[in-house]
Amino acid sequence: MAAVEALRRRSVPLLLLAAASVICIAVSVSTGSVAISVGELWAVISGGGEPLHRTLILELRLPRSLAAFATGGLLAVAGALMQVLLRNPLADPYVLGLSGGAAVAALLCMLAGMPPAIVSIAAFAGALGSAVLVFGLAHGRGSWTTTRLLLTGVVVSSGWGAVITFMLAVGPTEQLPGMLYWLMGDLAYARSPWPALIILALTSLILLPLGRSLNVLARGPMQAAALGVAVRPLEWSIYGSASLLTASAVTTAGSIGFVGLVVPHMLRLVLGNDQRLILPAAALTGGALLVLADTLARTIIAPEQLPAGVITALLGVPTFLYLLYRSR
Amino acid sequence: MSTLSARQLVIDIPERGDGTPLDFSIQPGQIWGVLGPNGAGKTTLLHTLAGLKSPRSGFVELNDLGFAQLRRKQIAREIAVVFQERQDGFPATVLETVLIGRHPYMAPWDVETAEDLALARDALKRTALSALEDRLVSTLSGGERQRLALATALCQQPTIWLADEPGNHLDLRHQVQAMNLFASEAESGRAVLLCLHDLNLAARWCTHILLLYPDGRACWGESNKMLERSALETLYQQPLAETTVDGRRYFVPATGAVND
Repeated sequence: MAAVEALRRRSVPLLLLAAASVICIAVSVSTGSVAISVGELWAVISGGGEPLHRTLILELRLPRSLAAFATGGLLAVAGALMQVLLRNPLADPYVLGLSGGAAVAALLCMLAGMPPAIVSIAAFAGALGSAVLVFGLAHGRGSWTTTRLLLTGVVVSSGWGAVITFMLAVGPTEQLPGMLYWLMGDLAYARSPWPALIILALTSLILLPLGRSLNVLARGPMQAAALGVAVRPLEWSIYGSASLLTASAVTTAGSIGFVGLVVPHMLRLVLGNDQRLILPAAALTGGALLVLADTLARTIIAPEQLPAGVITALLGVPTFLYLLYRSR
Repeated sequence: MSTLSARQLVIDIPERGDGTPLDFSIQPGQIWGVLGPNGAGKTTLLHTLAGLKSPRSGFVELNDLGFAQLRRKQIAREIAVVFQERQDGFPATVLETVLIGRHPYMAPWDVETAEDLALARDALKRTALSALEDRLVSTLSGGERQRLALATALCQQPTIWLADEPGNHLDLRHQVQAMNLFASEAESGRAVLLCLHDLNLAARWCTHILLLYPDGRACWGESNKMLERSALETLYQQPLAETTVDGRRYFVPATGAVND
């Protein structure tokens, strides 16, 4: 009985969030230079509709929306994981210098005039390279503590920040807008959404059974070990998957800030701290938030586009502050 | 029921000699009290006995099996640890916190059953926390948190209790209730080891005593043989006065210097 009740308590918010995500995606693909009504959208989904609408939705808007959804979901899940791993509410997906490493590699490729595909691959390599670097340095010869990991990540990030500023300062003027947009996060160049979506779905499936262990780990490594959690392997897998999730997100859409830090906290304020609920909820909410942000980014001052990262912050900051203010 | 044994065990305290290798067994029904001054290594000993810290040499056996042969989860079904310090992590309610005691018994995809919930509520009842079930842990007093830690360990249904200063933050009545809880656990065949600072609690409830000196020397044995005033004075470097009330011995600090 209690088991059924617990499952229901968890599935209701998730179903609501899933519905909200679908609505966000529907709104996103209907909005743009050519507005599409609900009826027309339904016609396209059910396999009919005008050819222009089919092209607009299936080839342009839907892939971009799905890419936004996947990126937001990846970042929010990565953020939730890093906060549990480091037991620090300020941890975010980029705390390990992932976005900095990705940005340095991506901007270098842009400066060298490489094609976008190479830039993406470089960003992925840069992000994972930075994660390995931070972990190696934090490990050092001494013990591996969360404070040390956090501090190493923050310092390495500042290092990357300096390198990025240097590149922006010496880079040719005509390349600057592209580089700035990449740094703020931009979905205009997102290609196939599938790699990111598949990684999001797979990691969510793998992480779900670990939810309760994460709840226990949040109470400190000693307590977790005393309750039968194999702490080191669990910490390693969280570290690895959070790095992979963030690297995939950065590769898809540049460094979009804020989603990974704030979405998990927003959900904790509303839904409590059960990671079994928070992780899937973060995937859905992060995704929906970024879809919404990207839709606004490409419509507010159309035909010009804003970086999506600007909108996520503008939407998220007041929402988060309101929830925090209201909480006990 | 289970037995926890130290075999030629030397705990690893940096920059300290090996001292006396520990060799004892905590049998079902026994309550062991570990006494020693600050920094003598009581907590390190407790963590080593729980398998949370590696010893410098020797080993710990749970029912004649070394920890190396056991999985963490198997150990957690036998041994519950009450820590001296706790991290609250993210906000959680009292009931949620007690329920994590069921973690060692659940497969990754399991959710808490009605039986788990009943065990958790029973643990809260035994520690007089039932009324606080829905409160956030961060809003509890120090003593209430200490009882919550005991409740979580109760919910874990261990056969062996390792508790680090379980009387911390507790008022007199709750100290007595906590000690009675350990006594009833021991009576139902569980083994208990407590790190204690209160000699009188140790004298009243412990069946066995282990004295741990700052230089690593140690001695252990039955409670009535170990609680000698001169030994305790040397242990704590503090003169003591001994008195007897209703046939029980009590120790209180006295003034003056100790002749070591």
